[in-house]
Amino acid sequence: MISRRRLVLASAIVAGGVAIGYRAMPRGNLPRKLPDSIPLAPGEVALTPYVVVDARGIAIIAPRAEMGQGIHTTLAALVAEELDVELAAVRVIHGPASEHYANEFMFGKRKFPDRVHRKPAQATIAQSSIRDAFVKMRRAGAAARHVLIQAAAARLGLEPDTLRTASGVVIAPDGQRLSYESLAEQASTSPVPQDLPLKPTAEWRLLGRSLPRVDMVAKCTGTAEYAMDVALPNLVFAAVKRNPSIDAPVVSMDASKAERMRGVERVVPIRDGAIVIATNTWYAMQAAERIQFEWASADYPDHIDGHREELQRALDREPYFVALDRGNVEAAPGPSAVTITGAYSVPYLSHATMEPLNATAWYREGRLDVWAGNQAPTLARRVAMRASGLERDQVHVHTTYMGGGFGRRFELYEVKEAVIAAMAMKGRPVRLTYSREEDLTHDAYRPMAAAEFRASVRDGVPVMLDLKLSSASLYGSGRRREHIVLNEPDKGTPRKDTHITMGATEQPYRISNHRVRAYLAERPLPVGWWRSVGESQNAYFMESIVDEIAVASGSDPLEMRLSMLEHEPSRAVLNAVAELSDWGRKLPRGHGRGLAYCLSSDAATAQIVEVRADREGVRLVRAWAAVDVGIALDPGNLESQVQGSLMFGLSAAIFGEVNVADGAVQERNFDTYPLLQMHHAPHVDVAILESGEEIFGAGECATATAAPALGNAIFAATGRRIRDLPFRRHVRFV
Amino acid sequence: MASLVVNGQTHTFDVDPDMPLLWVLRDELGIVGPKFGCGIGICGACTVHLSGQPVRACKLRVRDVHGAVTTIEGLSNAETLHAVQRAWIDEQVAQCGYCQPGQIMTAVALLAETPTPTDDAIDRAFRGNLCRCGTYPRIRKAIRTAAVALASKSRLGEA
Repeated sequence: MISRRRLVLASAIVAGGVAIGYRAMPRGNLPRKLPDSIPLAPGEVALTPYVVVDARGIAIIAPRAEMGQGIHTTLAALVAEELDVELAAVRVIHGPASEHYANEFMFGKRKFPDRVHRKPAQATIAQSSIRDAFVKMRRAGAAARHVLIQAAAARLGLEPDTLRTASGVVIAPDGQRLSYESLAEQASTSPVPQDLPLKPTAEWRLLGRSLPRVDMVAKCTGTAEYAMDVALPNLVFAAVKRNPSIDAPVVSMDASKAERMRGVERVVPIRDGAIVIATNTWYAMQAAERIQFEWASADYPDHIDGHREELQRALDREPYFVALDRGNVEAAPGPSAVTITGAYSVPYLSHATMEPLNATAWYREGRLDVWAGNQAPTLARRVAMRASGLERDQVHVHTTYMGGGFGRRFELYEVKEAVIAAMAMKGRPVRLTYSREEDLTHDAYRPMAAAEFRASVRDGVPVMLDLKLSSASLYGSGRRREHIVLNEPDKGTPRKDTHITMGATEQPYRISNHRVRAYLAERPLPVGWWRSVGESQNAYFMESIVDEIAVASGSDPLEMRLSMLEHEPSRAVLNAVAELSDWGRKLPRGHGRGLAYCLSSDAATAQIVEVRADREGVRLVRAWAAVDVGIALDPGNLESQVQGSLMFGLSAAIFGEVNVADGAVQERNFDTYPLLQMHHAPHVDVAILESGEEIFGAGECATATAAPALGNAIFAATGRRIRDLPFRRHVRFV
Repeated sequence: MASLVVNGQTHTFDVDPDMPLLWVLRDELGIVGPKFGCGIGICGACTVHLSGQPVRACKLRVRDVHGAVTTIEGLSNAETLHAVQRAWIDEQVAQCGYCQPGQIMTAVALLAETPTPTDDAIDRAFRGNLCRCGTYPRIRKAIRTAAVALASKSRLGEA
C-alpha cells in the first residue's frame, strides 16, 4: 500500500548527461544532477521525470495539485500527445515532491521577481500550471517516444526513421509491433537529444479536444482517494483545537477531562492549542472541545471594527508604494469634464474548501510518510522535516486529490500537526482532521481591502483615474509565513507586495492620467492567497468604477471599455461576450445587466451577469463569460472552469464575509458562512477564445469579474450602486 | 456490540451510540465514499440512503439508525454503474469531486421519487447539497440525462 507509489526520477533520466523534459529553459540552466531523486522500485523505469513504466504499464506524472481544475487530465494529455499513447491506457498520478517539478510561472510572466520569492517551488497557483507545462511536458512525451524508438530500432536492427508509433507501440515497416512496456528498460539507457521537434497543432489527436477527465469515474463512484480516505493499518484519528485568537499561544491547559473520554489515546499540546488522538475522529473532536484552555490574546484587533480602522488609517498615511503614475492626475481635467469620487470596501473571506483541512502521517523505522492534499509538495516536505526533525530523504510526501484548494492548501498547518501527532504515536499512522469550525476560524483569509477613487470623464472619454488601494500584505502576515514562503521568521513585509494592487495596475485601459497607489494596512488577521488573489478585490473596485464613469458620462459600458482598449484579446472577449448575450437588447421590466472585464493573470476575461429585481429581492437570471486562453487545450474543461470560477466569485460577492469579535472569527460553519446553492446558480454560457501563440490558464479569471458584473447588474436593475461587499448586506437575494 | 447493514453487508462494531453514522462508516468500517464536510447536516457531502431515503450521516446518531444503509459504494458494482453515475460521467460533472458522492445520492433519491423533476423540484431537493466548485449547471444537466435514461430503462422493463 505504501510503496506502490514510489517511483520516478531514477539515474536513468540523466543518462545523456542532462535531464530532459522538465524545464523549457536554455541548456546552460539545466541542472547536472537530481539532488532529490527518488529511487525507483524494482522493475520501474523512468524515461523522463514525467513518464514511468513498470509491470503495470505506463504512468504519467502530473505534478500539480488536482483540486478540481482538471489539471491532471490536461497535463497528462500534453505528454500522451507526443508519446503516442491513449489517455485511457495510462495511469495518471501526482508523483513525489521534487524541486524538479518547480512551477516556473508561479509568479506569472515575471519569472524571478525581486525580493521575497527566492525561487519557484512545486506549486499550483494563479492559473499558471498550463503555462508552465505547455512546452516542457510535451517535450517530455517526445523525449520518451524518441528513446523508445531508438530501443526498438536497436532490437530490430532497423533505422529509427523507418519506425512509427501509435497507441503505445512501436511499429516496424513489416507490421511488427513492440509495446512501449517491452522497450522501456532498454530505452532508459538511451541518450536523449535536447531539441526534439513537437507535433504541429494540426496533428494533435488529444489536445484541442474535450477529453473525459481521468479522475471522473473515481469521483462519481466514491473511489477517488482524498487524504482523508487513505487506508492504513492500525490508523488512529486526531482532531485539533487551536486558539480562537489565531496564532496566539496557549497560556495554560487542563486536558484531564479529555484524556479520560472514551476512545482517547493521547493529548499532545502544541504551541497554539492541542491535538487529541483517539480511535475515531468523532471521539477526538468531542474530546478536543473538553480541554480547558487559557489562551493568550491575538496580535490583531479583537473586533472587526478595528480592522476597518486599520484599513482607513493606512489610507491616511503615506503610500506604501506607487504602482502606477501616468500623466498628471492632479492637473485640472477641463471645464467640460465631470469628476466623480467614491469609496469601496470588501471583507475578509474564507477559502471554505468542501474538504476540511486534514493530513495523515506515519513515522516508522526512520521513515516519515505524509499524505496531504496540498498545493506545494516541496513546502509540505519542508514543513514535515521541521516538525519531525528528520532529514529530507526520510520524508515522503504523497499528494492526493483535494476537495478544493483555492489557495488554502499552501498554509500546511495540518501537515505540521499531523506530523507532530505521528511522531508522538511512533509506529502508528495518524489522520488529523480539522472540524469545519476549526477550519473556518483558522484560515489565511482573503484580506479585507478598501479603495478610494477620483475619476474624470470628458466627452465620454475617461481622462483621469486616481485610485488608492488599502490592504494587508500577504507576506507580512505574521509568523505563519516563516516556514512556508520566507523560511526566515523575521524577514517581514517586502518592499512592495504587489498583491495589494494586483488586478488594478496590469489592465491595458488607456487613461491618460492614471495613478494607483498602495497603502499598507497593519495588524490584519492572517491573510493568504485566495482564488484570483488581489484581482478578487481590485477587479471589483476597478470595474465598478469604470461602470460609474460610464454612467456619469451617459456612455454604454461596453462601448466605453472598447474605446479605452487597444489590446486585441481584450477587445475580442468584450465583443464575444456582448455577442453571446445579445448585449443591448431590450430587457424585461426589473431586469438589469452588468458588464465587467479583467486581464486576469494575462487571460483576458469579460463577463455579463443579468439579474431581476422585484419586491422579493434580487435573483440571478443568467451569466455569460468570454475568456481568451491563447490556445485552448480542452474546451469542455475550460468551460467547466470558467463556469465554476464564476460561481465561486458570485458566492463570495453575495454571501462571503468573515468578521471578528473577541479576537475570534465569528463565521464558524456554513450556516453563518453561506455559499451559493443550486437554486441561486444561473445558467452560464461560455466562449473560449484563442488569440494564438501564448497559452494562459483559466481557473480563476471569472472569479475576479463576478463581483463587479453582479454589482453593475444590480445598479442597472435598481439604480443602487453598492460599494461594499457582500451584496446581501444591502439587498436580499432570492 | 452494535450492527448495521451497509450496502447489503452486515457489520458489527462497538462505539458510543451517540456517534454519528458518518464516523462509524468512515473510521470504524472504512467506508469512505460519504464525506465529512460540515458536521451539522447542511452541506450534504455525507449524504447516504437509509431505507432508500437520503439522510445526513454526520447528524444521524448511530443509535437512531433503523434500516439498511446505502452509500455511494453500494450504488454500483465493478460491472455496472447506476444510471445517475453514468449521467454524471457523460456530462463530466465533477471538479474537485468531494461533494459529488452526496450530490449523486441526492439525485438517485430524487429520481426514485420524481422520475421527471421540474427545475423547482431539483432546486428543492438540492438545497442541502453545497458544491464549492460551482458544478450546479452540470448537475442539473446530468439529472435530466439520468431521468431520460431511467425512463427508457423502465419502458424496457428493466428498472
